[in-house]
Amino acid sequence: MKRVIALLMENQPGALSRVVGLFSQRGYNIETLVVAPTTDPTLSRLTMSTQGDEKVVEQITKQLDKLIDVVMVSDLGSSDFIERELMLIKFKKDSFPRISFEDSDVVSENNEIINVQVVGTSTELDALVKEIEDSNPIEIVRSGSLGISKDANTLSIEN
Amino acid sequence: MDKSNKSGAEALLHSLHLEGVELMFGYPGGAALHIYDAIFNQDHVDHILVRHEQGAVHAADGYARATGKPGVALVTSGPGATNAITGLATAYMDSTPVVVISGQVKSNLIGTDSFQETDMIGVSRPIVKHSFLVQRAEDIPEIVKKAFHIATTGRPGPVVIDVPKDLTDPDHKFEFTYPSEIKMRSYNPPKSGDLSKIKEAVDLIEHAKRPVIYSGGGVIQDDASDELTELARLLNFPVTNTLMGLGAFPGSDPQFMGMLGMHGTYQANMAMHNADLIVAVGARFDDRITNDPNKFSLGAKKIHIDVDAASVSKIIHADVPIVGSAKECLSVLIQEIKTRDLAIDQDQLSSWNQQISEWREAHGLNHSLLELGPQNGKILPQQVVQSLYKETEGKAFITSDVGQHQMFAAQYYHFDKPRQWINSGGLGTMGFGLPSAMGVQLAFPDETVACVTGEGSIQMCIQELSTCLQYGLPIKIINLNNAALGMVRQWQDMQYGGRHSSSTYENSLPDFVALAESYGHIGIKVSSFDDLESAMRECISLKDRLVFLDVDVDPNEHVYPMLEAGNSMDYMWLGKDKKTW
Repeated sequence: MKRVIALLMENQPGALSRVVGLFSQRGYNIETLVVAPTTDPTLSRLTMSTQGDEKVVEQITKQLDKLIDVVMVSDLGSSDFIERELMLIKFKKDSFPRISFEDSDVVSENNEIINVQVVGTSTELDALVKEIEDSNPIEIVRSGSLGISKDANTLSIEN
Repeated sequence: MDKSNKSGAEALLHSLHLEGVELMFGYPGGAALHIYDAIFNQDHVDHILVRHEQGAVHAADGYARATGKPGVALVTSGPGATNAITGLATAYMDSTPVVVISGQVKSNLIGTDSFQETDMIGVSRPIVKHSFLVQRAEDIPEIVKKAFHIATTGRPGPVVIDVPKDLTDPDHKFEFTYPSEIKMRSYNPPKSGDLSKIKEAVDLIEHAKRPVIYSGGGVIQDDASDELTELARLLNFPVTNTLMGLGAFPGSDPQFMGMLGMHGTYQANMAMHNADLIVAVGARFDDRITNDPNKFSLGAKKIHIDVDAASVSKIIHADVPIVGSAKECLSVLIQEIKTRDLAIDQDQLSSWNQQISEWREAHGLNHSLLELGPQNGKILPQQVVQSLYKETEGKAFITSDVGQHQMFAAQYYHFDKPRQWINSGGLGTMGFGLPSAMGVQLAFPDETVACVTGEGSIQMCIQELSTCLQYGLPIKIINLNNAALGMVRQWQDMQYGGRHSSSTYENSLPDFVALAESYGHIGIKVSSFDDLESAMRECISLKDRLVFLDVDVDPNEHVYPMLEAGNSMDYMWLGKDKKTW
């Protein structure tokens, strides 16, 4: 089962390698990983998706929480949350299909090439990739999942 | 607050002094030379020159385990740093507070494959609790403060401070201030456990008919032995300790069932398997304990007290998880038990304790093997441990290496006090015994420190005999010499049809007596049972000298009981032709 975990960590050299290293060290699989500084420049937010049952995800979050550089961890799947991923697709103009996806935009176009941007859940994007297979896209780039909870809960620290 | 102008190296040394460090173990080299010069120019922190960096970290680790204070090692960059890795992994697996300071090449050379450069932060990452690469000399005091805070609190563990050489430059001075306390938003180890959970635990305790208290290294690390003992006495519950937990409850107490697990006693393993309540304290249900976790003590509810939330329900589901320091949680638990009038079924409890006594009588360890004399003309390794126990009156610090001798020491030397038994339980590091004994002996110069080892393990760090001479460390090395890698051979006997692949030396062993003498120590050889006790007496009585007691033991002896892999804890080999199923 796919799970999305978000965490805040110190924005310091070495912090990311500790998080990533933990996954290989303990045999967990990372499907997607997104990292960026937050509005507080001393903190980075990292979002990862992984496969695992309840017990595995509990272990992962506990082990992540144990890392000294990790300030806060949240298993987003523990409450209702929104997951979104960005995908960029490059087509040859002559094989550009009609994309029946509402959150899609053509972001660049010339005589030869069209680049399209699509936003959706990763499941939706998976379906879209299948759908456009016959149009022979030249390149597909995916950002990995981001997540935010639907309720008032936030992943943030009080200063 | 202490203010003065210091270089990075001076700041490092002064910070160590302010952390209460009195000695450290190390080995100099290019990238660490500014630090070594600063050591020369101060007299607060003594430096013990080892003969290999692995020995430095093990010695610091032994010091930490015996005293409860953090141990410190100093190594240079590159090979100095990589040689420290086994020591770090050992400390990490057993959660001991060790701070390793490694010299690093100059900042501007990092990443250029310069001479003696290794990415120490990267190499050590999976085997440290945390690590710091110093980026400004001025940060050194705060980093040292953080390193000691992290190493010693919560679930303790090793911390690396990697210091580029230019940041210790004697010509770059800055105003030294040492933080009086440190706060880290990302690190807040739990103290007291959840009271409602502790109350739930009391409910389970009250209704237990076949309870077991199972405690591990966490109780020793947290100095919670008094609380554990009080709890056990208060409830009259039987107690077992893990290999790392020996000494947390008095080993010679009749309420003590002995060690549990892979080579645990029959009664301890049977009690665990048949229990209806397991009170686990500072123990982590590792694979040497549980055997197949899916078959582990299926009829028991589990209360699990541990300071590391990630250890709880990692292997075995905890019915009542209590995350907090062992000492605090046990104190509160004892208070709760005392304030409530528990209606424990005493008849059930006494028939349970009776059952355990019967198991002990049926297949328990024989602690009077010395009285049997030689067996087939040979000395049993267990008899050597019993002789050591007798001559030291059970009061020595015992360090060990890894293998059969380690298990015999754990089984037959009754450890009555915490921190008395020092071994590499988690990583299983051969070579740990002698250098860790150096750390213990330096911390307790007047106590007897014995290293129970084998001819395989002792050769892994034997160069430290030279260190022992330099600093006058009168360690007693008890070498159970079976002329083979005993535990490897035991497995080959049991699981590989007796094919002894690379587990013997083909007459290439050194003359250990001559070897000890060439290092300036005393060597004594024992080949006959009749000489064992007198030689042991002489060895222990030579208070001021290191004695290497090389005892030829029965090479065919196996360690029993031994759990049968892939089964529950009641599946045990009790002898070469004797098993429980």
